[in-house]
Amino acid sequence: MTLLFGWPMVSGVLQAFGGPEGLTTANFTRMSQDPYFWSSVGNTLLLIVVMIPIQFVLALAMALLIRAKPRGASAYFYIWAIPLAVSDLAAGLVWLTVFTDRGYLNSLLASLGLEPVSWLAYDNYPSMFGAVLIAEVWRATSLVFVIVVAGLQSIPKDYEEAAGVFGASFWNRLRHVTLPLLRPSLQTALILRTILAFQTFAVALALTGQNFPLVVGETYRWYTGLQDPNVASALALVVMAVSMVTAVGYLKLLRDQTEAAR
Amino acid sequence: MNTSGSGGKGSVSFLSTQFSPVEERQKYEATLKKFAGDISVAYNPVDTGVFNTTLKSQLAAGKVEVGIAGGLHGDLAPFASQLEDLSSLMKDLSSAGYSKDVAELAKLGTDVPRYIPWIQATYVLAINKKALQWLPSGADVNKLTYDQYLAWAKAAKEASGRPVFGLPAGPKGLHHRFYQGFLIPSFTGGQITTFRNQDAVTAWTYMRELWANMNPASANYDFMQEPLANGEVLVAWDHVARLINAVKDKPDDWQMVPAPSGPKGRGYLLIVGGMAVPKGSPEKDKAFELIKSLSKPEAQIETLKSNSFFPVVKTDIGGDLPGGVALEAKAVKAQQEASDALLALPPVGLGDKDPQVSQLFKNCFQEICLNNADVKATLDRQGAELAKIMDTLNVPCWAPDPKTSPCKVA
Repeated sequence: MTLLFGWPMVSGVLQAFGGPEGLTTANFTRMSQDPYFWSSVGNTLLLIVVMIPIQFVLALAMALLIRAKPRGASAYFYIWAIPLAVSDLAAGLVWLTVFTDRGYLNSLLASLGLEPVSWLAYDNYPSMFGAVLIAEVWRATSLVFVIVVAGLQSIPKDYEEAAGVFGASFWNRLRHVTLPLLRPSLQTALILRTILAFQTFAVALALTGQNFPLVVGETYRWYTGLQDPNVASALALVVMAVSMVTAVGYLKLLRDQTEAAR
Repeated sequence: MNTSGSGGKGSVSFLSTQFSPVEERQKYEATLKKFAGDISVAYNPVDTGVFNTTLKSQLAAGKVEVGIAGGLHGDLAPFASQLEDLSSLMKDLSSAGYSKDVAELAKLGTDVPRYIPWIQATYVLAINKKALQWLPSGADVNKLTYDQYLAWAKAAKEASGRPVFGLPAGPKGLHHRFYQGFLIPSFTGGQITTFRNQDAVTAWTYMRELWANMNPASANYDFMQEPLANGEVLVAWDHVARLINAVKDKPDDWQMVPAPSGPKGRGYLLIVGGMAVPKGSPEKDKAFELIKSLSKPEAQIETLKSNSFFPVVKTDIGGDLPGGVALEAKAVKAQQEASDALLALPPVGLGDKDPQVSQLFKNCFQEICLNNADVKATLDRQGAELAKIMDTLNVPCWAPDPKTSPCKVA
């Protein structure tokens, strides 16, 4: 097992520091001086900061709705889980047909007598970002949703009912009973989603090409397009380091304080 | 029947980097069938990488099976010393009338011809005739200068209320070829050696202004034929094969002309392919025979009609060409034969660094035109990267740079 995971990692690290004359940091210099690098870092971070809260609010709302057992609850569950089965690239291509210059959205605008908009044009950053955000939220919220539903099911209904008996409002019950008990599930979902969000790229690639670069997309470009596996490894190493730091940060931040005090 | 593409004993194995999409391959195989006579040919189109390793390993092992190696100039260049001297063949074909530039290229930097020119292509301007009304007064559309081109783009933008000039600057667009072979040579007279000099600063400053007058959706265009066909763009520069679908249906609505000229001449990029015979090839005589038949004007015109690559031999192609191809042919000829024509080549001998060098030109565009960065600082930074790459490669320069060895960024 160690060999299976350890060896590719070691060889990746070696490649990131490798050069024609032994070990070097030149690959990292080359990476950071590339005109696309810093914008890809910025875009990735912005995407994460905006997307994760939206996904959690949506997933929580959806899970609570399911828990309230409306009619056809299981049908909702399956429909909301569908994006889980769709590949990133396919999702990106589907949304491309919506946002492209002659796509569904512009056709709709035209039929309403409005001017079409170049949603994915390089000089229209907000709409480009919005398109990637919508596509990514559509594609990846279901993962959080499934984890939260599973977490909710493990919480006995008695707690909430007891709180209800003492007159706690819906918001109070959510804040003081449900969310604290959901903490482990939320933590898992948060770590998974954030790490996966660092790896977002197929959706953005399909939608905006090179106009909205993301770090993993840059890794891919350096590896296949520019045929430089060393710089690609350097980028991959950055993604790995940031993911690890984030995971540890979340674990520390979300640790149950009462448990820690014991 | 075997899977190596060798076609069995006695047949000529034609290993090629061209016409690999199935449809193109079938069309070219039909051309071969028509002109090969009783020589049996196994046409085997592969990726440049496979082409390289196949030839390299066969030559190294001393067991050559490839009869004809067909590729672009840059594909064949690394093998120059291991290709047959084709002087005798060239002498037989001397009446075909190869242009001086092409005949010189065929020597691959040695004293004798190493390949026989096979096909060629280039990039030209496609113009929707609607745009001609805004042409600056005194400008000849067939002999534009870059200043007139810019003035025209500005006038067209103003008159039509939106920018109507375009460039294939999308992720798969070939806009780097515009800087490498057209803009930079026209302004600086070089490509690599002049990458960051004062003339290059002038060129990129010009480019920034030109970009400001182009349809901004250009950053998403891979092929110009679509935006041209649907009217989003009225004037565009692109590879002939990426323009043909826009003009072929209604050729009367279109005009195709040479690229503009700058202070140092009319820089144009020539994509030329050749047929070479690796040393030790088993069916040398048949290979020579086949090369001769494929160099006949009829065979060359057939290739133009079926695969849209232009003849390298002197021939009258006016006749019965499809409308779109005839338009292109006229522009290609005018560009090549212009009195101020300045031949440029796509990079030669860069191997796997080739995409990175092209990327440096694209980076300049990204920084200067899209991010509005300082021109001089950008060229210095990207030029330093280019210098590093060229230093590790240690290869001679290619046109239009002077053939010094090794090629260095000044």
